[in-house]
Amino acid sequence: MMTKSKKLGWGFFIFFIPVFLWLLLLIVLPHIELLRMSFTRAAYLKQPGLTLSNYFEFFKEPIYWNTFLRTAMYSITVTIIVLIIGLPVAFYITKIASLKTRGFLTILILIPFWVSELIRVYGWMIILRESGIINHFMTKFGIWKQPIEMLYNDAAMIMGLVYTSVLFMIVPIIGVMDSLDNSYIEAAYDLGAKKWVIWRHIIIPHCMPGIISGCIIVFMMVLGSYLTPNLMGGKNSLWFTQQIYNQFILYFNWNMGAAFGFLLLLMSSIIIWIALKLSGQNLKEVVK
Amino acid sequence: MKKALLVLLVVLVCASVAFAGGNKEKAAAENKVLRMLTWTGYAPQSQIDEFERLYGIKVEATPSSNEEMISKLRATGGSGFDLAQPSQDRVVAVVEEFGIYQPIDYSKVNTDQLDASTLAATKKYTEYKGQSYAVPHVFGTSGLVVNKKYVKKDPKELDYTDLLDPQYAGHVSYRCKRPILCAMGFALGYDPFALYSNPTEYQKMLDAVGAKLIEGKKVLKYYWENGDALLQGMRAGEIWLAKGWEQGAWKLYKENPDIDYVAPKSGAMAWVDTFALPAKSENVEGAYKWINFVLQPEKAAEFTNAEGYGTASKDAVKYYTPEAAANFSRCFTPEVMANMNWYPTVPSGLEEMEGKILDKMRAAK
Repeated sequence: MMTKSKKLGWGFFIFFIPVFLWLLLLIVLPHIELLRMSFTRAAYLKQPGLTLSNYFEFFKEPIYWNTFLRTAMYSITVTIIVLIIGLPVAFYITKIASLKTRGFLTILILIPFWVSELIRVYGWMIILRESGIINHFMTKFGIWKQPIEMLYNDAAMIMGLVYTSVLFMIVPIIGVMDSLDNSYIEAAYDLGAKKWVIWRHIIIPHCMPGIISGCIIVFMMVLGSYLTPNLMGGKNSLWFTQQIYNQFILYFNWNMGAAFGFLLLLMSSIIIWIALKLSGQNLKEVVK
Repeated sequence: MKKALLVLLVVLVCASVAFAGGNKEKAAAENKVLRMLTWTGYAPQSQIDEFERLYGIKVEATPSSNEEMISKLRATGGSGFDLAQPSQDRVVAVVEEFGIYQPIDYSKVNTDQLDASTLAATKKYTEYKGQSYAVPHVFGTSGLVVNKKYVKKDPKELDYTDLLDPQYAGHVSYRCKRPILCAMGFALGYDPFALYSNPTEYQKMLDAVGAKLIEGKKVLKYYWENGDALLQGMRAGEIWLAKGWEQGAWKLYKENPDIDYVAPKSGAMAWVDTFALPAKSENVEGAYKWINFVLQPEKAAEFTNAEGYGTASKDAVKYYTPEAAANFSRCFTPEVMANMNWYPTVPSGLEEMEGKILDKMRAAK
């Protein structure tokens, strides 16, 4: 212990303590309190002691785990769509565009993220709504007889989620794709490889750490997003974060809300663990 | 090294305690700020400015909702705000369960300028262990907002059940919150407020109401989340029939007389928003000053003229604009007033039961 701390020195502790206190006071302690809460009953019931009833309630009531599964499936779908869009865009920016246009294109992707998510989502709502821009022109030019409601359904919601998260896929992929030597691709071409084969055997394997870290970021963002599903999703869509919000804020059931929160944490960890196993990556490699 | 670490820790802790203490003392000594949890529009900027000129107290108003007020104050044990504006039915249960409000000292409230019957009702409904916890401020109702261009039915016959009528499919909106459950309960012949004290019967009613609302969901366009969204939808002609507050309806009436507020056959749902003092309010004196300030007849009328809600201030009627007065006499005839359903105190645990039904509604196809 002594020798170790001597090696680390004062500097280490000066920088370490704020981080440590930050984590302990603002993240670890509140989580411990929430964990305790998730194993107790609401105060007005006057039944002290630990219980699993909050977790049982989740499995007993089909709406809860249906929403849970729905959220997970949609998050995975959104992540895949974002990946499919992100890969070619990143490839174009790193390998095809000239050095000058490259910076310009990156800025172009970044600019929408200078405004807040709320504004971006409202922008889409103005475009898509029944009395919105698309409907206005379509009915004006007689292409559609009646305005069509394009908002408030799952497709609109997925589109919104893809739009708000695509940047977080492109940036990490650009990072790794940059280090791919062009001569590999050229050599493959010379040897007669098809485009698909080049993607499968050269580009994707090389970019795997970037792809996985992009996927993790996007997946976590989508899973935990509240605004977009709430505003664009409409009457049938229920996102699991909304359930947590409802339990805490609307129904004053903090115990159940805490239990839901931990279930979400557990689920996202499991899905990411499975994804890492399936892709044969390890977390150390990915976060590097 | 360990020693150094310890010293550093101690210094940090002392510093943080000292800073926290220092802040508190400063705020208490100066009393120049009144932090208020309120509703959108309840504290107009002009009145905030005038109040600051008169008393030198700066008002920081945070717009909120009943649920948020309770959750925020619950999280801090009743500190962080000096004055709150919960609805009358959301005071007693919260005091009992979380203790986040303190009793009102009515000798500090200028009760002469209040309507005596409203004040008496509020005192009665917010009484807990012999003390009352609220001063009435604003009252209003929720009923139906109707676009008569599309909804041809006789307004006298309209009821909440019309929100489920397939002929308006895709043009109906309401909030997915507890009022729709109570309102639909009344329209289906129950008396939800009488069932509050009987959880099993209330659950039966909730199940019946929930089934009806789920069945009628294909008629619904969307659950509106905030008042502005509803106004936009109605203005654009996307929504024809909605459950909403008279205030929004009257704003639209001014622009388009086709749209108006209609009190449903089974009765409008009436609420009173109050002033309540959070348990750890740091500026109680300022809070009383604000209460007495905004309940002056002229100030209260200014609010009613701008926002459309009624007020507990006694003589405010004298200062109503003709337009506001006309709105009240058009929509709140004596029959409508007699038929209103006033929200009683919500007992603990009710929201949980309702929450499950609301979740089912939201998730239903």
